[in-house]
Amino acid sequence: MSMKKLGAGLLATTILAGTVASAQDVTLTIESWRNDDLLLWQDVIIPAFEANHPGIHVEFTPSAPAEYNAVLNSKLEAGSAGDLITCRPFDASLALYEDGHLADLSDLDAMANFSSVAQSAWQTDDGSATFCVPMASVIHGFIYNADAFEELGLEEPTTVDEFFAVLDAIEEDGGYIPMAMGTNDQWEAATMGYNNIGPNYWRGEEGRLALIAGEQSLTDEAWVAPYRQLARWGQYLGRGFEAQTYPDSQNLFTLGRAAIYPAGSWEITGFNAQADFAMGAFPPPVQNAGDECYISDHTDIAIGLNPASPNAEAARTFLEWVGSEEFATIYANALPGFFSLSNFDVAMEDPLAQEFVSWRGECNSTIRSTYQILSRGTPNLENETWNASAQVIRGAETPEEAGQRLQDGLASWYEPQQ
Amino acid sequence: MRKPQIRWHILVFLAPAVLVYTAIMIIPLFNTLRLALFDEVDRTRVFVGLDNFRTLFGDPLWSDAFWNALGNNFWFFLIHMLVQNPIGILLAAILSHPRLRFAALYRTAIFVPTILSFVIVGFAWKLILSPIWGIAPGMMDAVGLDDYFLPWLGLESTALTTLALISVWQFVGIPMMLIYAALLSIPEEILEAGECDGITGASAFWKIKLPLILPSIGIISILTFVGNFNAFDLIYAAQGALAGPDYSTDILGTFMYRTFFGFQLQLGDPHMGSAIASAMFAIILIGVCIYLFGIQTRMRRYQF
Repeated sequence: MSMKKLGAGLLATTILAGTVASAQDVTLTIESWRNDDLLLWQDVIIPAFEANHPGIHVEFTPSAPAEYNAVLNSKLEAGSAGDLITCRPFDASLALYEDGHLADLSDLDAMANFSSVAQSAWQTDDGSATFCVPMASVIHGFIYNADAFEELGLEEPTTVDEFFAVLDAIEEDGGYIPMAMGTNDQWEAATMGYNNIGPNYWRGEEGRLALIAGEQSLTDEAWVAPYRQLARWGQYLGRGFEAQTYPDSQNLFTLGRAAIYPAGSWEITGFNAQADFAMGAFPPPVQNAGDECYISDHTDIAIGLNPASPNAEAARTFLEWVGSEEFATIYANALPGFFSLSNFDVAMEDPLAQEFVSWRGECNSTIRSTYQILSRGTPNLENETWNASAQVIRGAETPEEAGQRLQDGLASWYEPQQ
Repeated sequence: MRKPQIRWHILVFLAPAVLVYTAIMIIPLFNTLRLALFDEVDRTRVFVGLDNFRTLFGDPLWSDAFWNALGNNFWFFLIHMLVQNPIGILLAAILSHPRLRFAALYRTAIFVPTILSFVIVGFAWKLILSPIWGIAPGMMDAVGLDDYFLPWLGLESTALTTLALISVWQFVGIPMMLIYAALLSIPEEILEAGECDGITGASAFWKIKLPLILPSIGIISILTFVGNFNAFDLIYAAQGALAGPDYSTDILGTFMYRTFFGFQLQLGDPHMGSAIASAMFAIILIGVCIYLFGIQTRMRRYQF
């Protein structure tokens, strides 16, 4: 056989093999708002899945967090959305399910690996259908520059008074901005501010459920007191915090210019990569020493199936895998700070992530107060809480006024509060 | 006598533009107006007449936000009229001076921001004005004005004006170019005739050139009006959809976006969103009509 013929033969087999493979192959596209995680999905999570599932390709196609809901809704309406949809907790996903844009996944075997609390954020109000496989929760607290604390001889504060004493000490030293947070983007003030420190005042689930039931109101002391603490934050946030954005705050902290960062645990990955100093974390301080502590352990992210997907079977295979121990371990370690919601005992290596997750043992977990049911109407309580928290920190509104305004807004459409 | 023929070529040549314009402008416009008359009840779309507009103007929750956005929009427009257009005219007058050197360079430099994307302009200025990394505080420090630096984009009192001035910076090239073209088209003979009558220099500008470029100024005003009331991108890029601080930079565009597409936990409401879009359309239509029938028809035109 001449070389030419051999070459042609090889070419033909390659082409043939290529076409056969592509005929079997299914490509699954994942819609997500986690554009920070693009590399982790591409390099770690997807290869781990594809290794054991030949014939299924997975593509992770995130959009910007703030635009995700709008972009996703438009894509779903237009029928151009991906096969797998990353689910926001509660109403945003519930609405998608009710509109037929998320499939019922109750019959998925992997659902048995999740407690009912973990599933609650992606269930119908009566709990009859679960439409997303829970992936992770995020925990709120404060990350601090441990080197700076050592340099100034400071210790992790456990009570509110100690917390402000620490802030005063850092301010007095003058070498660091005491706390890195801005009010330009507004959401940090509510998410890392109000809903971070708040559960200690409204006693976690107890207060949250009482608010939903209409037994407590936003003008109660337990709901106004967190604003009172936020109002005191303003003076420690550094010059020009009014125009400081979220990335500004992250950079201020990781560059070592600020000592404390009111955080969500999702920051851990980025901070580990950026900061060249030792970091520690402490949970939101309690009012009096010895008080029971509460943390925001927020069911944040899940993944569901687009019923319009032509590759539903492959997508279900992927979702079963998302509910497996293998995924839980990979995800929790690839993304320290996103804590698995499954019943598996996942071992994590990152010390900062271990610190955060250890609070689950010491404190009572709750979720953000505004997420379940209370943000269904107009005005939207979550948006208003962003606004009010930022206003209070800027000193443009008193805590009492903020509470009254939110209560009026909520009562205008939410019957149990009328 | 020959029968007048149907001139088919006119139809053929008009067809592409008419079809494309109808498909991507006229149909969506009327569909939006139609959508504003519906609402969703129990997952079905029902006709509700003008209820959405009643909510928008009658319910304080909606009307406060609407009037706030409209007021901000007028302020945004006012800054453009008071700052952008006079500066544009001034620049054009300077550029058209025959003895100015490097005129082409200045013209290009001033016009370049116009072709930049809003997103780039928004982020660039956000960085320039950033109290942490920006060069603005450093520059003010260098000339001893350190104490006057404020985080302008983060203060309720200054954020909207700052954004309006950023927009002016970006678009000052447009009035400059239009006026420049108008100035160049003024025949030399008229100016020379004026010189013979002793009208030179600044008074030539006020007495001869300005009246002759008034129609161009009118066009610029109406372009500014339409552009400003449709504005959205810059505010969204710089302040986000919540248009902080405390909605002080909220304009009709961002208000419409939030309502139509939803934001964070707030779900989108296409029907109320369409109602706001219709209101925007009405406002712009009224403004343009006032100009067309009230001003343009009375403007005196000169034939050279």
